[in-house]
Amino acid sequence: MPDDLPKTKSDLDARFTELYRAHLRDVYSYSYYRVGNHHDAEDLTEQTFLQAYRHFERALRESNGRPLRPWLIRIAHNLAANFYRDRSRKPESAIEDAGTISTPHTTESLVEGREELKSILDGVQQLPDDRREALIMRFALGMDNREIARALGRTDGATKVLLHRAVRQLEGIVSESAADTAVKEKP
Amino acid sequence: MSATDFEALLREALTPVDPPADLVARLEVTLISLTELAQDELDAWELSAMRDPRNWVRPAAAAVVGVTAGTALVVLRVRGRHRTRKQQSSSLIDLAERTMHDVADEARRILPHR
Repeated sequence: MPDDLPKTKSDLDARFTELYRAHLRDVYSYSYYRVGNHHDAEDLTEQTFLQAYRHFERALRESNGRPLRPWLIRIAHNLAANFYRDRSRKPESAIEDAGTISTPHTTESLVEGREELKSILDGVQQLPDDRREALIMRFALGMDNREIARALGRTDGATKVLLHRAVRQLEGIVSESAADTAVKEKP
Repeated sequence: MSATDFEALLREALTPVDPPADLVARLEVTLISLTELAQDELDAWELSAMRDPRNWVRPAAAAVVGVTAGTALVVLRVRGRHRTRKQQSSSLIDLAERTMHDVADEARRILPHR
């Protein structure tokens, strides 16, 4: 057994508290972009931490000192899949306003910027599940290829290809949408 | 638009989202509930390393530090009814759900502005 494993229940709880504090925002962000609304994101986040607590000791033992964020996100990923299967739901067609776009803009660029960002968010929701999840992990959570690979149960190489294709497909969706809008607005 | 520009926009669109304060409070209380379960119940939940239940509350309670005083009061009041909830609960999930409902009720009573 590695030396840094908790030896008492108190140590185990302290380690879990650290994990919870460090990654609550990650789990919530992932859940939010995955399900598209705050209400279900809250449910998913709670269930993720309940599951994580239940299996935390084993996860620590088997992680060999590697970061546990991919394990945590994988739990959320599996729960989200069950969530849709059990309730026969699909992700919402549009993501609610996250209310966190806080970068200062001029009035003109604010409108332009928001339209563009909204179009990107809509496009993300149109991607196949695996591509959407990879993008959320990379861009919302800042995970690197190796972490994403562990969370999705893929190789590093396959994950790199997945991310590349996801970005290219999303670019295509956004361009197409912009072209459609331009045609509609033409007098 | 270059690939780099598009990725920058994508990063901006997928801004990390902060969890709502009431979710944070609920989760803290749920963690406290989990740490208060008796040894035999914990064994049933495959947490084999748990040895001294009297120590469990401290780390989870420490997580509450930093939450507002009002929230801490909610936590204290909810904790006061832990034994009753435990008796009424059929499983850990049931207990957690009852705890969350209690927190929501207390929060509405004590923190009406939220």
